[in-house]
Amino acid sequence: MSVVDRPIATPSHSEVDSYPTHHFLNHSSGFLSWALTLDHKRIGLMYLVGVMSSFALGGLFALMIRIHLWNFKDGWLSNQTYNQVFTLHGAIMVFLFIIPSVPAALGNFLLPIMLGTKDVAFPRLNLMSFYLWLTGLVLFLTALSVTGLDTGWTFYTPYSIETQQGGAVLAATFGVFVLGFSSIFTGLNFIVTINTMRPPGMTWFRMPLFLWATYATSIIQVLATPVLGITVLLLSAERLLGIGIFDPKLNGDPVTFQHFFWFYSHPAVYIMILPAMGIISELMSVHCHKGIFGYRMIAYSSIAIALFGFLVWGHHMFTSGMADVTAVVFSALTFTVSIPSAIKVFNWLGTMYQGTVSLNTPMLYALAFIFLFTIGGLTGLPLGALSTDMHFHDTYFVVAHFHYVMMGGTLVAFLGGVFHWWPKMTGRMFNDKLGIVSAIIVFVGFNLTFLPQFVLGSRGMPRRYANYLPEFQPLHQLSTIGSLTLGSGLLLALIVLLMSLVNGKKAPKNPWGGATLEWMCSSPPPHDNFSSAPTVGDPYDFSNIEYDGRTGSYVKRS
Amino acid sequence: MTFILADKVAPYAWFPDGASSFVPQVDTLFTVIMWICVVFFVPIVIAMGYFMWEFRERPGYRGSPEALHNNLIEITWTVVPTMVVVWVFWEGAMGYLDMARIPKGTVDVNVTAKKWQWAFKYENGGEHEVVAVTDSVVKELPLLVLPVDTDIKIIMRSDDVLHSFYIPAFRVKRDVVPGRYNYMWFHTTKEGLYDLFCTEYCGDNHSQMLAKVKVVSEAEYKKALEKAIQEPEDPLLRGQLLYKRQGCSTCHNAGNEGANGPGPSYNGSWGSKVTLETGAEVDFDENYVRESILNPQAKARKGYGKASPMNSYAGKLKDAQIDALITFIKSLKEAPKPSK
Repeated sequence: MSVVDRPIATPSHSEVDSYPTHHFLNHSSGFLSWALTLDHKRIGLMYLVGVMSSFALGGLFALMIRIHLWNFKDGWLSNQTYNQVFTLHGAIMVFLFIIPSVPAALGNFLLPIMLGTKDVAFPRLNLMSFYLWLTGLVLFLTALSVTGLDTGWTFYTPYSIETQQGGAVLAATFGVFVLGFSSIFTGLNFIVTINTMRPPGMTWFRMPLFLWATYATSIIQVLATPVLGITVLLLSAERLLGIGIFDPKLNGDPVTFQHFFWFYSHPAVYIMILPAMGIISELMSVHCHKGIFGYRMIAYSSIAIALFGFLVWGHHMFTSGMADVTAVVFSALTFTVSIPSAIKVFNWLGTMYQGTVSLNTPMLYALAFIFLFTIGGLTGLPLGALSTDMHFHDTYFVVAHFHYVMMGGTLVAFLGGVFHWWPKMTGRMFNDKLGIVSAIIVFVGFNLTFLPQFVLGSRGMPRRYANYLPEFQPLHQLSTIGSLTLGSGLLLALIVLLMSLVNGKKAPKNPWGGATLEWMCSSPPPHDNFSSAPTVGDPYDFSNIEYDGRTGSYVKRS
Repeated sequence: MTFILADKVAPYAWFPDGASSFVPQVDTLFTVIMWICVVFFVPIVIAMGYFMWEFRERPGYRGSPEALHNNLIEITWTVVPTMVVVWVFWEGAMGYLDMARIPKGTVDVNVTAKKWQWAFKYENGGEHEVVAVTDSVVKELPLLVLPVDTDIKIIMRSDDVLHSFYIPAFRVKRDVVPGRYNYMWFHTTKEGLYDLFCTEYCGDNHSQMLAKVKVVSEAEYKKALEKAIQEPEDPLLRGQLLYKRQGCSTCHNAGNEGANGPGPSYNGSWGSKVTLETGAEVDFDENYVRESILNPQAKARKGYGKASPMNSYAGKLKDAQIDALITFIKSLKEAPKPSK
């Protein structure tokens, strides 16, 4: 199907771009106007502050780990503290940052505007999701900091049943349970919104790809998260009542827990990466000023990833002693996910071909994503293949692989998205030159941190080790230097964003030249998003969008 | 690739030198996958860099919005990667099935994992000896001696939580799961001393749960087996040996050896009054030591009741062995207490 021969949309706001004096940020004021808001934009912003704070905390723990590992022994943490720190790092990053990052923060802000509606389908449920997230956060942080959870973020039995930090395990799993509901409600809300509130003219295949990705993510959230709830309930029941399902002393099977846990947690990997892919699809087309290459393939591959993602959890357990046939089947299924991911990468490159590539901050983050995600994806091959996985399983090779996907992928895309939509969310432009510098430092620091870990893993360095054999020390030190570089790049990115609030230029309506609906309302958007229902056009038709030097904004040539 | 990645610590780039019959398959498959990655990754990066430069935004240039779809290209980049991953899957699965199918006529070794110690038992009932090492945080490690050019079967059992048995030089790994036996086999091909790691997180000293594997000639293996069933006559030496072999040293300090915690130190304990968790005081004598070995939680010492709980040794030690341990602890009467 060709997208170029679609009718050209007419902008609903034909008036000259102007900076709004009245918008959602100053629509009402006072603490309660935020705390009890039903406005998806304010909820999105509150999530944004929340997830970024969680990320900062998780990042500090990461740096503690890397500094501890500078020497092969006698690091500055005791073994127990080290184990608690890596547990905190993993748990905070997974449950409090990556899973809610893109869907809850950016998704909440953007989804209704991209659909040209006033709000999500269930605004009250949306606010409740936020408070559940906040409750989960408090429970979780209490569990993690007061009693010292030391099970790793995976809560593997029987260690999590036996560990002395019993209160921590119960509080943390209850926190996970509550966070799960937050995630389910958000997913449900988005599914209903996309199904019922699309404006006239926006057929499924005229939806921005960010919405396709969000839709696929929401399906996983709604279908997989309940299993996590069941799992942590069973774990609590095992700890409190000794029901004997996971505990071998009571004739339970600890491997059953792994099946339960990964039945959620593997699809959760796609909850983390799919929205990031959606962001990249938007960023690539807008900053190349060219329609997305292979729109339908990208849309279908999002759905394919969501479906296949449910069938591959067993690859976390290749060494656990599963039946041979089971392992072989899971290996085969695992490879099916690689194809739709590869297709997306090729399509993003195709989008650049013959485009007009603006090398600004969001675009550089998007390009960094493609580079890092490709490495993350390709290094999945020796892990999906069974015989090589026997060597790599639970080594630093795995650590490096999933950081390339989760951090090089999701975090970098999230940053790109935050920079991309920052003018829309705050009404301020950031310093692009400094933003570019931050993207380059993050890129270099990231590779310096995690490339050595591939080599470490292949040489046999196991993960979750508080001290190690001296022969691994040089590569560990390289990785630590990289992590400090990476940390400073991320700090610079934060400074660039915060500085824009102080002295940033006012943002025009459409600073990058986007064709989706959010660029048709003012920056920041008014409380009701659109004064009249916008006319829907092709979200990737850039042929008549031109830069207007007078306002610094792109406008649609009529 | 080797040239770039090999460094002063390791002469190899990726894998350590191999010593089992699985090594050729795993290493070859990995090398091929590496080159597949290069073949995909390099063109992607070159295309990205070229597009960034060639189509960059600049005055007087405006890209063409035409290239949005091309069936031939899109089918190609779906089908080619599919064929590649099918091949990778097949090779990986075949290699794995070799690892999973245990041949007949193997030399069997029983492995027991517990926090945070490996224990090896040979076919003749003999137990592993302990070797001094210099390259590790731990000063002494259990040593598993295996004959070269032999099929070895490892029968694994855990006393407490999950562990994982990993020998990088053999390219093998298998989780040790409590409540069941897990198996692994390999064929040794080269004499030498190799590292053994625990790769499933198991608590405080997970990173110190190491061992050494020594592959030796048939004759040396026979000698090692004979030595393995012997314990010294002298009760003090025997107690010293059991202290290390039975894993006491992973939690209890003695003299200036062993981990300082989570269990109490043996130093200066003999003959003292011990305050219990309940507040009661008991004499640290033969009966107290015996009870603490056979039923560790019965009289937990104050401050240690919440420490990582010790498992009972009932049925694992003979009376003569407990006597030897008592003699050993008695000998530490005057030794200074370590600082916490």
